[in-house]
Amino acid sequence: MISYLECSARERLALLLDAGSFHEWLPPADRVTSPHLAALGVPSAFDDGVAIGRATLDGHTVFVAAQEGAFMGGGVGEVHGAKLVGLLQRALRDRPAAVLLLAESGGVRLHEANAGLIAVSEVMRAVLDVRAAGVSVVVLIGGANGCFGGMGIVARCADHIVMSEAGRLAMSGPEVIEASHGVDEFDSRDRALVWRTSGGQHRFDSGDCDALVADDVQAFRAAAMAALGAARPVTLALLEAEQALLTARLGTPQPS
Amino acid sequence: MSDLPAGLETLDFSFSGGRPAGSFAPVLVGVVGSGNLEVMLEAAPGADDTSATVCAVRVETSARGFGPIWQAVVSDFHDRHGLGGVRVSINDMGATPAVVSLRLDQAVAEIGGALR
Repeated sequence: MISYLECSARERLALLLDAGSFHEWLPPADRVTSPHLAALGVPSAFDDGVAIGRATLDGHTVFVAAQEGAFMGGGVGEVHGAKLVGLLQRALRDRPAAVLLLAESGGVRLHEANAGLIAVSEVMRAVLDVRAAGVSVVVLIGGANGCFGGMGIVARCADHIVMSEAGRLAMSGPEVIEASHGVDEFDSRDRALVWRTSGGQHRFDSGDCDALVADDVQAFRAAAMAALGAARPVTLALLEAEQALLTARLGTPQPS
Repeated sequence: MSDLPAGLETLDFSFSGGRPAGSFAPVLVGVVGSGNLEVMLEAAPGADDTSATVCAVRVETSARGFGPIWQAVVSDFHDRHGLGGVRVSINDMGATPAVVSLRLDQAVAEIGGALR
């Protein structure tokens, strides 16, 4: 067993997809790096923290992106976001069996401010466009940094979410809630509290994720294979079901 | 306070007399995280005659003022492997010399198959 959590983004790609099948677009040697970080005295990464490309999964062509949580917490900067958008737009044209997003991100890379915010909103739009075209978008969450902020919203825009128990999915992360509302409201160092509000088991139980798997790359691979072709078009019935889920969660009466 | 201006420091090193590495697909190891670095090894463009024995190293680092230590670490790397016709590109976020050496060795190990 190889821990998904402990793998880097590139190790996940190598182990989760069919062996040797990953073909990267805008690889590190192209040096498409952040135009903002150097000005702030922060080192860039040659891939701006995300690897994108095509591959096969169980013989089916898929498009895939993997975010590197160890670089800026997986934060989405201008180039990072543009790579995700480009991948999704290419999926609209080429119609792969699915788009896999191996998400690990704290959300917008704050160093890049508005450029990062715009990038994340463009990713959301692109995900919804791809779904509307009938290509399923599958998000896998099992990295140490979880999936927060704008990427948390992106994940919930997708067709299918796979998580491990160690994975976390939410909008505001623990430190953000504590900083804005105080430690009495949310103690970010209380791990039990953090996981029972954003952890994989909690998300699975509350219907926010579709599959809960062990922290094992092969388990994520099996779940991704099972999700192929599980496209969930955004229909009125789907929206009504989502509304019912949220209404039940808030304990408020259904609108008549 | 340091008298070094804020920002990244770029360091260039070059060694000649290496054994030509030939062509291989670019290799990337490591991640730009705290105390870590990424190392990319590429075949130098137009690795012919003279340039085939040159190992060019470029370092971009957030830890300024460590030029002599980088010189020593990179020289050791060249002594160990003696590669020529390669371009080594490093993005560093304060890795220690030992970590840098291990990453450089890891990168060479990854191209090992392509060199044979």
